[in-house]
Amino acid sequence: MSSLIRKLMLLLLVSSPATPIVAQELAGNDMRSLDGQVQEIKSDVLNIASELSVLEERLLYPSNTQVALFVSIAEDETFRLDAVQIEINGELATHHIYSFKELEALQKGGVQRIYTGNVATGDHELSVTMIGKLKNGKEFNESDSFVFAKGVKPRALGITFAGPGSGKSGIHVGDW
Amino acid sequence: MRRAPFSGIGLLLLACLATSPCRSDELKDLYFGEALFYAHQGYFFEALERLDTEVKQHDDLDEPELDTLYYHIDAAEFSLGDFELRYRMHHRAGRAIKAVLEGAVDEVIRNDAAFRLARIHFQKNQMADAMRALERIDGKIPESIRDDIEFLRANIYLAEGRPADAVDALKHLQGSDSFGGFAAYNLGIAYLQDGQQEAALTQLDRAGQIATDDPAELAIRDKSNLVLGTVLLEAGEFDQAVPFLNRVRLDGPFSNQALLSSGWASMSTDNFERAVVPWKILAEREVTDSATQEAMLGLPYAYGKLNVHGRAAIFYGRALDSFSAEVEKLNVSIESIREGKFLQALIREEIRKDKDWVIRLRSLPETPETYYLMELLATHDFQTGLQNYLDLADLRRKLLAWQASFDSFDDMVDIRYDHYEPLLPDVDKQFRELDSRMRLRIEQHKMLVRRRDDLLTTPRPEFLATREEQNVLLRIEQIEAQLNGSDAIVTESLTQRVLRLKGLLAWTLETEYHARLSTFDKNLRGLDQAMAETQEQYDQYVRARQAATHSYVGYEAPITRLRAEARSAVEKIDLLMARQGHLLEVVAIEELIARRGRLESYGDKARFALADSYDRATQSQARRDEP
Repeated sequence: MSSLIRKLMLLLLVSSPATPIVAQELAGNDMRSLDGQVQEIKSDVLNIASELSVLEERLLYPSNTQVALFVSIAEDETFRLDAVQIEINGELATHHIYSFKELEALQKGGVQRIYTGNVATGDHELSVTMIGKLKNGKEFNESDSFVFAKGVKPRALGITFAGPGSGKSGIHVGDW
Repeated sequence: MRRAPFSGIGLLLLACLATSPCRSDELKDLYFGEALFYAHQGYFFEALERLDTEVKQHDDLDEPELDTLYYHIDAAEFSLGDFELRYRMHHRAGRAIKAVLEGAVDEVIRNDAAFRLARIHFQKNQMADAMRALERIDGKIPESIRDDIEFLRANIYLAEGRPADAVDALKHLQGSDSFGGFAAYNLGIAYLQDGQQEAALTQLDRAGQIATDDPAELAIRDKSNLVLGTVLLEAGEFDQAVPFLNRVRLDGPFSNQALLSSGWASMSTDNFERAVVPWKILAEREVTDSATQEAMLGLPYAYGKLNVHGRAAIFYGRALDSFSAEVEKLNVSIESIREGKFLQALIREEIRKDKDWVIRLRSLPETPETYYLMELLATHDFQTGLQNYLDLADLRRKLLAWQASFDSFDDMVDIRYDHYEPLLPDVDKQFRELDSRMRLRIEQHKMLVRRRDDLLTTPRPEFLATREEQNVLLRIEQIEAQLNGSDAIVTESLTQRVLRLKGLLAWTLETEYHARLSTFDKNLRGLDQAMAETQEQYDQYVRARQAATHSYVGYEAPITRLRAEARSAVEKIDLLMARQGHLLEVVAIEELIARRGRLESYGDKARFALADSYDRATQSQARRDEP
């Protein structure tokens, strides 16, 4: 008896009017056809985005004045980077507060382009401040200054952060 | 990085960012790192846009080995394929990897590329192509992907209906660190598909007991126990099924189905009291779940079997109320979807910022159209359609923002044109004058350098004579010419004097020659430096002049073209969104109507059972009241 009831119930569960099934199959075919078209438009928009970014860079950041700053976190660092502030020649260039996702992306080896701007050729002063929290919950704040030379080519500088404690500065600026 | 293994026979391949450079590899190209930064956050459009541009620029270089991407080019091309897959661009995915595979590359890289290509074909459901790609693997295989290759091979066999071959492949993976739980489960399924029932049960039992704290492996352990319990249930081995169903965690993704089956297993052996336990738990859970709905009917049915008709009536009544409320909710949902609110709710950006946005949507009281989104997402086509709809909405937002940028670019170009055009004619005039003077000086400098070089090889002291000495020499030559036609007696003494003077000058020039040459060389070197500085200033001016022109010339055509392309893309997207949205609404409404029908049937059943339970409860009461 119980088996009969269960079968009836299962029948109820699996049975549904025939029309929706047919409609869903048709909709499924249409969805698959649309999927191809969606992929095509994605490709088109990616091409537009790529051209646009090149155009934008040419227009806004000509190579003879372009400076781009990138931020990364040194390998095996466990500190939490909360915020970064960057000044060029004493003027605020940018500051950024990190979300959890961004921090995770940096810890996995991603590199964030934090600033793109224009400076004249010659020497410039770069001041970097990082604010973060150590694994033990202690907050820290570290600043350092560097000099970089801007020539006629675009200049890219990589700023790498490490937690305090190594005895050396936790902020390292590399040439790229 | 943790690898995301296949989730069982569902053959769902979870592509991961396995192609990014290992954290220990030194990253030499910041722009590749930037693409990874976006990819690690799940922003695959941005990652693709940046990496695609970077790889194209690298490919166009005359000397790519001088570019920083050169060190990562294979990883970058693999990443392109991965990002395309993750961005659901299956048609394009694999293009870059094929290029690596067909190039003259190291054996290890070629094998890595073949594996990745196979994985892409597998995800595109092109099993024969996937297997052909795997067959290209030959020679040295990177240790890091050895298990991945075998696991993929086994899954292709399963998808092609070759379970015996899958068994062989999966047996080798039983000790794998990466695929332990998944390989154990898949081996059980392969045995089942191959008709080896006994081996399947043993294997699933093993897979259902693996020790792990990884959430994905815990889920696959639950699934192994559920499948094992279900197989036994269907084979009529009810008592044996129960322990395996009870192994499934109560808070795991398979717990509802396990609780339901456990109840039925007990009912099938007339162990009604034991059936009540899982069903009671299940009946309290989320009512939109079909297992819960079934348990809401099963529970009073079990009470009825236990002759507790009063309680059965109460639970039938609750089920009836609950089904009625759900039917009402479904009606509201259907109506709301018909009014277009479903699609509006889906593209609310602030909701999708939350990782669990699908779950949150269900709990929002003001969005009845999304109560059943979780259930709708169970179908692959709906998932694909929904994701496409969301991607289209994102693309549309981007394109609209870019259209505003085009206007700003136009303004910027116009302002620069207005600023530079009146200034440049004067600047150019001054530049032409400067330019001609510069050219003259350059020629003079070159002549002096040539003279110095000649003097080093062929000494010519007279060339280093001072202006005064040159005048004296000239005068002597003139006197000599005059003396040639004069009286011989006078001439003799004068000639002697002229020769003495000439000799004196020649003596000075010869003896001071080296000192003078050194001074000349020193002065010329000083001039070299001055000339280099002048040349640098000149070049700087030329660059600044070019930059001024480049800041506003040559933008009109690309901006006009991109603007037209963006407009056309928005039109296409609008069309696609309308079609995709309509399909989603149709599927959602059909699904909800089917659910409503099912619930109405459940309701009818509950109503009859409720009446029956009341009758039985009344009769039972009457019997008890009889003296």
